[in-house]
Amino acid sequence: MTVTVDPALAADARRERRFFLSLSLPALFIVGLAAILPILWIIRQSFLTTGGEYTVGNYAKVLSSGLTWSALVTTLELSLGTLAICILLGTPLALALASARPRVANVLMAFVMLPLWTAILVRTYGWLVLLRRDGLINAALTGSGLTAEPLPLVYNFTGTLIGMVHYMLPLFLLPVYAAMRDIDPNLIRAAASMGATLGQVMRTVIMPLSAGGIFSGSVIVLIYSIGFFITPAVLGGGKVNPLSTRIERTLSTFQDWGSASVLGILLLVLMALIGVMLLAARRLLAQNTVDAPHA
Amino acid sequence: MLEAYPHNRLARIVLWGFAALVMAFLMLPTLVVVPLSFSASNLLEFPPHAYSLRWYENFFGSATWMAALRTSLILGTLTALIAVPFALLGCISMNRLGGKTAAAIQSVLLTPSITPGILLAIGLFFVLAAQRLVGTLFGVLVGHVVLAVPVACIVLLPALARFDWNQVQAARSLGANWARAIGGIIVPQLQISLLSATLMAFLTSLDESVISIFVASGRNSTMPKLMFVSLRDQIDPTIAAISTLWTAIVVVVVLIVAFRQKS
Repeated sequence: MTVTVDPALAADARRERRFFLSLSLPALFIVGLAAILPILWIIRQSFLTTGGEYTVGNYAKVLSSGLTWSALVTTLELSLGTLAICILLGTPLALALASARPRVANVLMAFVMLPLWTAILVRTYGWLVLLRRDGLINAALTGSGLTAEPLPLVYNFTGTLIGMVHYMLPLFLLPVYAAMRDIDPNLIRAAASMGATLGQVMRTVIMPLSAGGIFSGSVIVLIYSIGFFITPAVLGGGKVNPLSTRIERTLSTFQDWGSASVLGILLLVLMALIGVMLLAARRLLAQNTVDAPHA
Repeated sequence: MLEAYPHNRLARIVLWGFAALVMAFLMLPTLVVVPLSFSASNLLEFPPHAYSLRWYENFFGSATWMAALRTSLILGTLTALIAVPFALLGCISMNRLGGKTAAAIQSVLLTPSITPGILLAIGLFFVLAAQRLVGTLFGVLVGHVVLAVPVACIVLLPALARFDWNQVQAARSLGANWARAIGGIIVPQLQISLLSATLMAFLTSLDESVISIFVASGRNSTMPKLMFVSLRDQIDPTIAAISTLWTAIVVVVVLIVAFRQKS
């Protein structure tokens, strides 16, 4: 059966489609101007000398520097360390919140979201106050006799990691909590009625059904951790230098725009690599979930 | 969820004990600055021996901090006023087009939210430097708008998906043009979502620090930029006072959004 469309109607539909497309132009324009153009500009700048001539010298200089590779290692250590701690701390917390009564869970979620609504510099300041040599945590530790000397908790890797976990944890928690909330309680009751222990229910019901949420949370944590700047810059005290703070120092202190751009490109490449790996991981995860009932 | 295991007391106690510790970890840095901000001493002692409002006086009496506060408030307001209409039009466009076109537009509009801030910041710095616009309010504003557009879209897209489009069709068939349909039907009905989007856009700008650090300077420095610079140099309890005020304002804004959405 063929449907004939009145050409006038078809023209009308096309005109309306063009009109709807035009509505998104202002937003697309601003994203093009202030996000896409800047990224392209970084690529261009990475091939320019200070004088403005084309060169590949920036790449040679940055890639042959030991500082670059140690920055890359630090970036990975910070991101993966943050992710590991978020999974360890966030998954049990999400489980506790998901098993609470809805009213209680809502109130507790508001408290969990408090840091998300606190300005990043306010939180960083809070951590400085807590973690310094004469800070609250060291005062409590030495005061109670747990340690004789104050521990070096900030202006180093430990402090940076604490600050980053604190920033990422609520972001990780949201999708995990949502996934656990959506688990049908009847599944758990059914498993219990057939004699499954709590450990077995965990392993065979709750964890497989929250895997998607944990995966989404992990993606969010990795995306935000890789280029994170404020926390390493303040809590690292100049001693922790992932790619982000190297970019800042290369640009602001050494005024070397070309090398800073090459470091920026490295960051982009790293993000792309992680993106590809995550896509592959998701495919694997989807296969496992489909296979699960047969196993 | 775990009602089927009422006798597993120990597991429950361990789980909730752990959860309480993690929640304390999450709230500690926000709460610790509050008593410090009322301290009379310029040492960061806890709990303070004597209380005063001197750090608040310090903040309100400082021309530098007041200029930064003014810049941040102006930027936040302008960001919201520009980003929310742009995002609304973009979301209407995505909602009506649907399919692959909408998905393509959405992935472009959400790019800024997954791009590392440091890359946006140095890229924008290069672009603005070429136009001799580094240090201007305009430069920072553009950077903040591009970050606020995806935030506003995330609020407005689901709201438009729930919207009953028959009303617009009715108005159009009765002769209303699109401007009238958007202004007279969509905007009034999405009031609450638009208010949320506006406040979220404002907060996005207020909290944005990386672009400000690279692109703002001098009289146009924002609050986060100034806080960043002073945290690197020394720890001044004035920042505790600012932090307390800031958190109080954000909590009020979030509560307004939450209650508006419920009612």
